[in-house]
Amino acid sequence: MQTESTSSTPPSAHGHHVKPPAVQPAHAGHGDAHAAGTETAITVRAFSSWYGSFQALKGLELDIPARQVTAFIGPSGCGKSTFLRWINRMNDTIPSARAEGTLNLHGEDLLEKTLDVVDLRRRVGMVFQKPNPFPKSIYDNVAFGPRLHKTYSRAELDELVEQSLRSASIWNEVKDRLHSSALGLSGGQQQRLCIARAIAVGPEMLLMDEPCSALDPKSTLAIEELIEGLADRYTIVIVTHNMQQAARVSDQTAFFFEGRLIEAGNTETIFTKPKNKQTEDYVTGRFG
Amino acid sequence: MSAPRSAAGRLLANRAFLVTCLLATNVAMLVLAVLLISIFWQGWDTLSWKFITSFASRKPSEAGILAPLMGSVWVCSICGLVALPLGVGTAVFLEEFARKSRFTRIVQTNIMNLAGVPSIVYGILGLTAFARMFGALGTNVDEAITLGNEESLLFLRLPFGSSVLAGGLTLMLVILPVVIISTQEALRAVPGSLRSGAFALGATRWQTVWGITLPAAIPGIMTGAILSMSRAIGESAPLLVLGGLLLVFNTPENLMSDFAILPLQIYNWAGRPQDDFHAIAASAIIVQLAVLLLFNGVAVFIRQKLQKPLQ
Repeated sequence: MQTESTSSTPPSAHGHHVKPPAVQPAHAGHGDAHAAGTETAITVRAFSSWYGSFQALKGLELDIPARQVTAFIGPSGCGKSTFLRWINRMNDTIPSARAEGTLNLHGEDLLEKTLDVVDLRRRVGMVFQKPNPFPKSIYDNVAFGPRLHKTYSRAELDELVEQSLRSASIWNEVKDRLHSSALGLSGGQQQRLCIARAIAVGPEMLLMDEPCSALDPKSTLAIEELIEGLADRYTIVIVTHNMQQAARVSDQTAFFFEGRLIEAGNTETIFTKPKNKQTEDYVTGRFG
Repeated sequence: MSAPRSAAGRLLANRAFLVTCLLATNVAMLVLAVLLISIFWQGWDTLSWKFITSFASRKPSEAGILAPLMGSVWVCSICGLVALPLGVGTAVFLEEFARKSRFTRIVQTNIMNLAGVPSIVYGILGLTAFARMFGALGTNVDEAITLGNEESLLFLRLPFGSSVLAGGLTLMLVILPVVIISTQEALRAVPGSLRSGAFALGATRWQTVWGITLPAAIPGIMTGAILSMSRAIGESAPLLVLGGLLLVFNTPENLMSDFAILPLQIYNWAGRPQDDFHAIAASAIIVQLAVLLLFNGVAVFIRQKLQKPLQ
């Protein structure tokens, strides 16, 4: 019942009762000893964003730790995908979208007008809800990204494609048909190919926007295992509607509701001892 | 109120609809067949290698279509080579680069309108703009600027006069709106998720267009190109304004050569009273159809070539 009027609240005025739930990553999630320790990748302060006059996000405060999996949960339309798309500035393609506040990646201001978004997107990869392989061969799908940024020799590219496909644990399934169309793969394979494609440009961070919502349970399991395997090399943010999935794969969880960040913290804490009543209702399935 | 519909009745309706559709298809096929058979019936006997390789003559038995055949090939090639890049470029700008604004809406509306303008209007525009260049650069017999030797392949003069270049550019004006609109449709049919995928990898807009969007849209673009080239080959009114019914006794040597075209030659022969001329008019129609098939074949070939990575 926290629906305040969405009217013209100045974005910097974060005085209302949004807790500043900065994630405390010191005690790592599932007892995995993450070498990264407490390094913070993304820092968010007083962050608000609008589509035209509609305010989609209201005064977010959040730290996303490096080389861990952070899950965004919340009902549809709560702003979690919108926020995800600010991190790699995909919202630039929507003319009416704008944002205010602080959004930093290792101290670098991501909202800077002059920011090189092409380089940002090389460093921050994205995997979409529906697998979207290009209508090209499997090889060319993976090689597309690297070729955008520099010139490779044939051998280097072969090596890079193989490594990326191995990292996305799909190499064994496709190594004999690298030059046939990617559209011939199953949905789950296509999604892992898209992950390989994102990895190939050498990002430090991966954004996943409900990567399993279009997949069957077996493919979902494969992707979840893949995510766990990638977490020690990449900072991963995953948006999901599936709370079991959030509980399974993530170290940190952030709960969004109606454009606000209600609570964030260690996944185990959020699911077992949430501080906020709304969070509790949501994770126990009483609403949403 | 809601009486159950009998299965027999529904099956009957289904069958009736199927028959109607079949009938419609057959009528179209029948008309085409009648047209082709009558043309071949009239024109097959007079169609010979000599007919294709001879120039015009007052005697139907000696007349040939070399000049209009080569004229059509030159004019349509120029038309296609200019219209395709211009049209695709415009469509890419409007669909992929331009933000939706008042300006792009006006441009869009105007392109739609231009597609419906009668081609003779383009003929007058071509005559003024290309053949005479608004009279600003001398007249057809006293050109302001000439470049190169009149016999060389690269000979140019301003104004263009009734040359293959002026003809090709005039036809380009006729088909340009169609090329733009069909390319826009093809680009719109490319799923936005592919563009997002490319952007998310750090592709610039240009890299996205060149690497993803255009290749995915090629089949649609080439289909549009085929349709508009078919129109260009058959178009006669604008070139009639430009050059009139020219009696030409040589094939084009460079962009400034005079030209005849097949449709006008056919019109000329078909309008004469003698049956012999009607026969060679039919032969010329067969040649025109062959040229059309050739152009379309090239387009289909290009489409297949470019689509290969998909398969």
